Amino acid sequence: KKSPLQTIGEEQTQNPYTELLVLKAHHDIVRFLVQLDEYRFASAGDDGIVVVWNAQTGEKLLELNGHTQKITAIITFPSLEVCEEKNQLVLTASADRTVWDCDTGRQVQKVSCFQSTVKCLIVLQRLDVWLSGGNDLCVWNRKLDLLCKTNHLSDTGISALIEIPKNCVVAAVGKELIIFRLVAPAGESLEWDILEIKRLLDHQDNILSLVNVNDLSFVTGSHVGEMIIWNILDWTVQARECNFWDPSPQLDTQQEIKLCQKPNDISIHHFTWDEENVFAAVGRGLYVYNLQMKRVIACQKTAHDSSVLHIAKLPNRQLISCSEDGSVRIWELREKQQLAAEPAPTGFFNMWGFGRVNKQASQPVKKQQENATTYSLELIGDLIGHSSSVEMFLYFEDHGLVTCSADHLIILWKNGERESGLRSLKLFQKLEENGDLYLAV
Amino acid sequence: MISAPDVVAFTKEEEYEEEPYNEPALPEEYSVPLFPFASQGANPWSKLSGAKFSRDFILISEFSEQVGPQPLLTIPNDTKVFGTFDLNYFSLRIMSVDYQASFVGHPPGSAYPKLNFVEDSKVVLGDSKEGAFAYVHHLTLYDLEARGFVRPFCMAYISADQHKIMQQFQELSAEFSKASECLKTGNRKAFAGELEKKLKDLDYTRTVLHTETEIQKKANDKGFYSSQAIEKANELASVEKSIIEHQDLLKQIRSYPHRKSKGSALCSAETERTQDQADQVATTSNPEESADADLYTCRPAYTPKLIKAKSTKCFDKKLKTLEELCDTEYFTQTLAQLSHIEHMFRGDLCYLLTSQIDRALLKQQHMTNFLFEDFVEVDDRVVEKLESTPPKPSPGRPPSRSLEECPIPQVLISVGSYKSSVESVPIKMDQELGDEEYKEAEGTELSSFDPQENLDYLDMDMKGSISSGESIEVLGTEKSTSVLSKSDSQASLTVPLSPQVIRSKAVSHRTISEDSIEVLSTCPSEALIPDDFKASYPSAINEEESYADDGEGAIHFQASVSPPELGEAQEGSLANILSQTDSSCCIGKESDSLRVPLSTAAHTHPDPDGVVSSPPQRYRQKDLGFRVDFAGESASPSRDTSSEGFPALELDPGRLLASRDVSKTSLDNFSDTTSTMSSVASTSSDRTPSSAHPTGPSSERHRKRAGQNALKFIRQYPFAHPAIYSLLSGRTLVVLGEDEAIVRKLVTALSIFVPNHSRYAKPVKHWVSSPLHITDFQKWKLIGLQRVASPAGAGTLHTLSRYSRYTSILDLDSKTLRCPLYRGALVPRLADHRTHIRRGSTYYLHVQSVLTQLCSKAFLYTFCHHLHLPAHDRETEELLASRRAGFLKQNLGLVNEDTKVVQYLAELLKLHYMQEAPGPGHPTLRFDYVPSFLYKI
Repeated sequence: KKSPLQTIGEEQTQNPYTELLVLKAHHDIVRFLVQLDEYRFASAGDDGIVVVWNAQTGEKLLELNGHTQKITAIITFPSLEVCEEKNQLVLTASADRTVWDCDTGRQVQKVSCFQSTVKCLIVLQRLDVWLSGGNDLCVWNRKLDLLCKTNHLSDTGISALIEIPKNCVVAAVGKELIIFRLVAPAGESLEWDILEIKRLLDHQDNILSLVNVNDLSFVTGSHVGEMIIWNILDWTVQARECNFWDPSPQLDTQQEIKLCQKPNDISIHHFTWDEENVFAAVGRGLYVYNLQMKRVIACQKTAHDSSVLHIAKLPNRQLISCSEDGSVRIWELREKQQLAAEPAPTGFFNMWGFGRVNKQASQPVKKQQENATTYSLELIGDLIGHSSSVEMFLYFEDHGLVTCSADHLIILWKNGERESGLRSLKLFQKLEENGDLYLAV
Repeated sequence: MISAPDVVAFTKEEEYEEEPYNEPALPEEYSVPLFPFASQGANPWSKLSGAKFSRDFILISEFSEQVGPQPLLTIPNDTKVFGTFDLNYFSLRIMSVDYQASFVGHPPGSAYPKLNFVEDSKVVLGDSKEGAFAYVHHLTLYDLEARGFVRPFCMAYISADQHKIMQQFQELSAEFSKASECLKTGNRKAFAGELEKKLKDLDYTRTVLHTETEIQKKANDKGFYSSQAIEKANELASVEKSIIEHQDLLKQIRSYPHRKSKGSALCSAETERTQDQADQVATTSNPEESADADLYTCRPAYTPKLIKAKSTKCFDKKLKTLEELCDTEYFTQTLAQLSHIEHMFRGDLCYLLTSQIDRALLKQQHMTNFLFEDFVEVDDRVVEKLESTPPKPSPGRPPSRSLEECPIPQVLISVGSYKSSVESVPIKMDQELGDEEYKEAEGTELSSFDPQENLDYLDMDMKGSISSGESIEVLGTEKSTSVLSKSDSQASLTVPLSPQVIRSKAVSHRTISEDSIEVLSTCPSEALIPDDFKASYPSAINEEESYADDGEGAIHFQASVSPPELGEAQEGSLANILSQTDSSCCIGKESDSLRVPLSTAAHTHPDPDGVVSSPPQRYRQKDLGFRVDFAGESASPSRDTSSEGFPALELDPGRLLASRDVSKTSLDNFSDTTSTMSSVASTSSDRTPSSAHPTGPSSERHRKRAGQNALKFIRQYPFAHPAIYSLLSGRTLVVLGEDEAIVRKLVTALSIFVPNHSRYAKPVKHWVSSPLHITDFQKWKLIGLQRVASPAGAGTLHTLSRYSRYTSILDLDSKTLRCPLYRGALVPRLADHRTHIRRGSTYYLHVQSVLTQLCSKAFLYTFCHHLHLPAHDRETEELLASRRAGFLKQNLGLVNEDTKVVQYLAELLKLHYMQEAPGPGHPTLRFDYVPSFLYKI
């Protein structure tokens, strides 16, 4: 049986978003949002259009038309510090097998020598190259020259790419994780090269999400709800959590529950993280996995009516999730101090024990924690505006939240009080500009 | 002046629009004697006069060279309106006061006839017997077939109320000038076309004649010419001459400067448009002419025809109709303008004056007036003003003025000022007064072109008319005064040839009548510029110049007070005149205050909070033009920021002029507003899209209805207050119901409470049947939603409940309201269900006044610097917030939810002020996370 969806009434005193602006430009599902700088963002979706917006005013700045098919990946390519021109590139990949990048409305270049759909893009800023992942992995430089490429990897293609130290990248291909090393030209060899180094086969099902957590580890999530934390340097499994469908080990009916639940309910769609925790969007629920304690410390099994698609952690201990049910919810991770059995040594133990896969060590810790649930996810507000699945959102510290949805809309959610203050500021600035403001002496 | 015993009460003008208002029955002992005309449906304010017509109307008359003065048409074209009023007789009257006829002839020193671009003349006259007073606007149109190529016409606004005519003179003059301009533009176009055809005919005739002459020459080789040949040669010569004359005429008519005619928006289809594109000219009975008319539309196919040497007799031909003269398109435009005028000046004078003052005041509140005022009206002329006043940063602190002193442009011409001018006219006439003086005045007044040697001739006629028992009272004419004072200019006038005949004819017609005519005033614009006046007759007046003075003509209506000043520069004389007028009349005061140099007079304005000292009416009409003061470093809220830092409106001298220009060009705005209106009409089909002019009675009626229905709503629903609060605070109210008519009615009624986002659109959607979307709540603040019983309707309801936090839902079918709680004091004042107001229009005005008050509060709140920005760096946001709260509560006296209303309006004001380009921008959707309650009856 499902735990009921937590709801919040009309009164949401902690919800700061009291103003919204609907941005209309797309005519199909808007799937991607990417931040360009502190006030601009770009949106892209199935209509093949990339639109650049002003996050403060909601003004449409640019519309980039070039793709004829759905956009499958978008990434910004920030200019190098040393570079004279400060123009920022936006790379977009589409099902029409082209990658092109745009800079202030101009299509810089179009590349169409791909054999397959590019599903993901990654920029290695240190090397000033970017990689595209489809059925194979290609390496490009800023001038869009193909530097090198791998052999055909698989028909399903690369679903996710991340950069890890030592010039390596991790690619998620089906159930496998493949680690590649990029060889930059040095010494006598002027050629770039990319070498497959290792294949990790620990997942049971397709890997859906792959993120860097910190300098020491990255995390992967699969369709059947396995989460594995990997050591970023030696690519070993640091921790594994595969009982999201029911985090309480007291239940003996674990297997049965697993069977009766549809895999979709436990597939891990997205991760986010902070210093201490990894937040996972598992099916319709939200789980908080503490890296130190190596266990789930808080969860909302049914955070939404439908699959959670994207989550993000805000600086103020808040977590935002968006879902196929069309809503965006704001959560707060609260500490409950009901039990004094807060095990200080555990944290300490884990701090230096981190990095070692120490299953024995984690077990007693887990047991200890189960007696004292110290954290909980509290719903503090929901944003209702979209009429269809909310695909993604973007958080701007200064301008609020941008959500994009399958209903073709982008909504800019703003803190009404702050906006009001900003408007007043602008008003008096304009008055001053016009010379209509007098300071009484 | 009016002493008509045969009193006919006005029938109530718009009784069908208002729901019948039944007086409550009083016990007999309390009743005062009944108003004697109550049985006729009259109210004590209705005009009692001997008028034979039921309400004001516009009459167009012509002085036909065949049958004399004759009425052509009336607006409204309804016999009920003018009733038994004798149009023929009145046409005679009004046509006969046209002292200036345009003149085409052979002026000395010129070989060819000259077209005279004559200015229109504007006369006010009264006929006490008929109980009719009229503003008469004379104009002349060109017709190739007419005698002297001119056809005199006049348009008259006829009213039973003399004061109305007098006080609305400027407005009438401005509006009629537009109509006249439109007619004349069309006429010039048609005339040019006619000339072209005539030229072709002549050219053809010449060729034919030439061939014939050649043949004859060849036929008799004898040394002499036959008489026939001589005749032919003469004929040819006359054709040649005629060609040159017509070419010259064509050149003249084409040289008419186009630029200014563009000023009239009604004539939007300007002369750039080729004549081929023009609408068809109505055919006439004359086959030749109808052929002409056909060819007019398809010019290339025109086949010239032979012109007979002997022209047909004057009385044989049928004169062109007005429509033919002016090109159908322009004619219809003119008719539209005239019916607009009729709408505009409909109703009681008090009403007109109040609404004019109202408008003028509203215009000054341009910072806030977009919120609740009818945007069409507000829009009227404001834009023009912005354009005509150049942005000037004021050098100093202009003095502040109280409201009374605030200039209200062109609102008032008080009777007082007029009367004083009448008294100062040296030629005030009565029947008993000296005939000689009278005759001279009348003579000059009637036909200003009269040369001295013709005066006697005219005098003879005048004598005749006087002896017939007619009393003509010239109350004041500018022409006469100017003529008297500048008799030398008059003497220099040349003798007109053909119009004389018409003139004398007119006078002789007049002699038939036995009634009195009071020429109350005339104001030909030439009178103001004697030099131009002088120049206007011998040669074609440069219309460019005179047009520029056209607007002033109206203003100089008062100039008769002080003839010596006529020669002065326009501005100066205007101001002088204004300052010389009776001090009891407020326009004098105003103009005085206008003239006051912008001193830095201290003005103490006790400001409770010491933060702002800028009353809302203090703006210039310019966006940039207002100032807000705030105490610089001082954070003390009790600080007095009075004298120096007082903001005020800068008055540049050009402003007065600008305000005059406004009337001239407001037609532009009309076309604009009409277009916006129609765009609105497309979205809110509840408005009657057919209304040609937005300020017409349709919007008036609309308001009355809205007011009436709003009143009903308030009485009927105990939860009207939270519903209205929702509207005022920007929370979308969805009116849900099955019956479209009922929903629409209520939405229209409630729309009077909806603050506008901009000048251009009201955020009201009258009827929707599809499920609502989030964008709808951003766009619309009041929505009529169809309740559908089908499964599709379930979707609608589902989305409604999904978005319930953004909406209040008024369910008309189950009579429930779901919306947040309201405990303020504002709405009860606005919508008291025990109100004694019974009439829709009254209630509408009540709402407007409360909302205006609210707007000023919102304004104060918005533009108080220290409420929104810290006075110094150390102030925290919390302190600011508490100051805001304190201001709203203590200074503005707002309680509970009322603050939200003002805050919402403040946001709208901010957005509006910062909006760079005017347009239908939608502000962000603001909402609160507040619980809703379900109200039931």
